[in-house]
Amino acid sequence: MLDWIIQPLSLTFMQRALMLGILLGILCAVVGSYMIVQQMGMLAHAISHSVMAGLPIAYVVGIALSFGALIAGVISALMLYLIESRSRVKTDAAMALILTSFVAIGVTLVSIIPGANRIDLLHVLFGNILGVTMKEVWWTLAVTVVAITLMRLFFKELLFYTFDPKGAQASGMPVHFYNASLIIAMTVTIVVCLPTVGALLVVALLVAPAVTAYLLVKELHQMMWVGSIIGSLSSVIGMYLSYYLDAPSGATIVLVAFCFFCLAFLFSPSEGLLVSFWRKHMRSRLSMPS
Amino acid sequence: MLEIQNLSIDYRGTLALHNVSFFVPAGQLVGIIGPNGAGKSTLVEAILNLVPVTQGVIRFKGISLKRQLLKTAYVPQRSYIDWDYPVTVWNVVMMAQTVQTGLFNKFSRQAKHLARTALERVGMYELRHRPIGELSGGQQQRVFLARALAKEAELLIFDEPFTAVDRKTEDIIFDVFQELRAAGKTLLVINHDLGDSLAIYDQLLLLNKRLIAQGTRHEVVTSDNLERAYGRGLTRVFA
Ligand SMILES: Nc1ncnc2c1ncn2[C@@H]1O[C@H](COP(=O)(O)OP(=O)(O)OP(=O)(O)O)[C@@H](O)[C@H]1O
Ligand SMILES: [Mg+2]
Repeated sequence: MLDWIIQPLSLTFMQRALMLGILLGILCAVVGSYMIVQQMGMLAHAISHSVMAGLPIAYVVGIALSFGALIAGVISALMLYLIESRSRVKTDAAMALILTSFVAIGVTLVSIIPGANRIDLLHVLFGNILGVTMKEVWWTLAVTVVAITLMRLFFKELLFYTFDPKGAQASGMPVHFYNASLIIAMTVTIVVCLPTVGALLVVALLVAPAVTAYLLVKELHQMMWVGSIIGSLSSVIGMYLSYYLDAPSGATIVLVAFCFFCLAFLFSPSEGLLVSFWRKHMRSRLSMPS
Repeated sequence: MLEIQNLSIDYRGTLALHNVSFFVPAGQLVGIIGPNGAGKSTLVEAILNLVPVTQGVIRFKGISLKRQLLKTAYVPQRSYIDWDYPVTVWNVVMMAQTVQTGLFNKFSRQAKHLARTALERVGMYELRHRPIGELSGGQQQRVFLARALAKEAELLIFDEPFTAVDRKTEDIIFDVFQELRAAGKTLLVINHDLGDSLAIYDQLLLLNKRLIAQGTRHEVVTSDNLERAYGRGLTRVFA
């Protein structure tokens, strides 16, 4: 058993994957906690797919692919904002429209731009944690450190804004700035996760650990702590599964995270399904006349 | 003190308020009444700079209110808040001091003292470590009242503070209103109910897109005014 765990660690690519998995677990839980309390899950989903439009364009212009993805993600969020604020179209329809159109742009450009077909769409969609480079690990470390620092510096402001946006605005807080910052932080996180889990599954990494923690704790900062632990564990366990089963790492990581969610849903001490069922059962037995 | 001149608000074509003007002296408790969709929330949101003003001026002590938002405290309508948000009573009340404390600073001892005094005033200090979602509707409303108190504002605005509250909470809110008024603060309170609860106000504003009537309860709640605001049907019950 121990050998089963230690043996892969002698491989350089597994060491890198391990470091990356832990970092992503922390980053996604911090950003994902804000995403959940702000109810931005569908927005994250739309952005994560829209980033695909930026890849072939970045390739042609000659900039880093992740930078192209980031710009496409931000543009899609801006377009959503524009459609919502300047028309009667509802968020739901606007998101479905933007998401699919940006994917279509990406797919079309990859096939018609000469040379862009070297972008491996399958890899973009599903990712591979076992193929990451050291450079990607350093980038992820930098982004994680910046995200945690900003979150700590602005914690009380973000708590106020995300809990009571109207109250925050009525106190004179620059709420549009905080909203835009959260969306940009989410987009950056999505782009950083892309090589590991791919566009199709990246939102799961943001949602699952944070929402699992949401079921277990009572405060936002605890959600981030517990979410970080669950996220890192999911990445590491998923990475081993991917290695031994020879399955795509994105999918195995997401499945492990989902298992954690199910456990919390059933057994959370405060609101778990089975726990409250058990309590009711015991109460009715106690109140029965003997 | 609070001075509104020719205020009109337009939501992408829907006229929510038309040419509303009124004046409120300091130390008054003012009730805002009117049917659903009359623009009551819109009026207070415009005062607090939450919706863009199409036309008009809003002044407090002779200066544009927009530039002195820290002198205001606001308790929004219940439905605006996500009551499942993972936050404790204490941290909700500390939000009152967030802007004054400033970026990158920790809350001062003074700020924490204000929060504590406010929570004790509404009888919620013992429950300060509770998540906000594990309180009753009345207790939640008291926490928001404490948050408004902890801000030490001069103009306090409440959007339907009496919905979903029990008798005990209602009494506490009434008492706190009286204390604030005695301390020279200005209070604007949106009230849904047209019954005896209106007796507490010094002045009433009856709204339906326009300002239908302003004055004491006896001047405002007349069958004529109510008919103009609510249409026929209600008048027989209240006048
Ligand atoms: N964000 C908005 N966009 C467009 N129209 C709005 C918006 N908010 C309010 N309105 C419209 O403005 C009018 C006034 O609404 P408001 O919420 O101020 O009424 P109210 O008097 O507070 O009603 P209630 O008693 O139901 O709370 C309504 O016709 C409403 O449909
Ligand atoms: Mg209203």
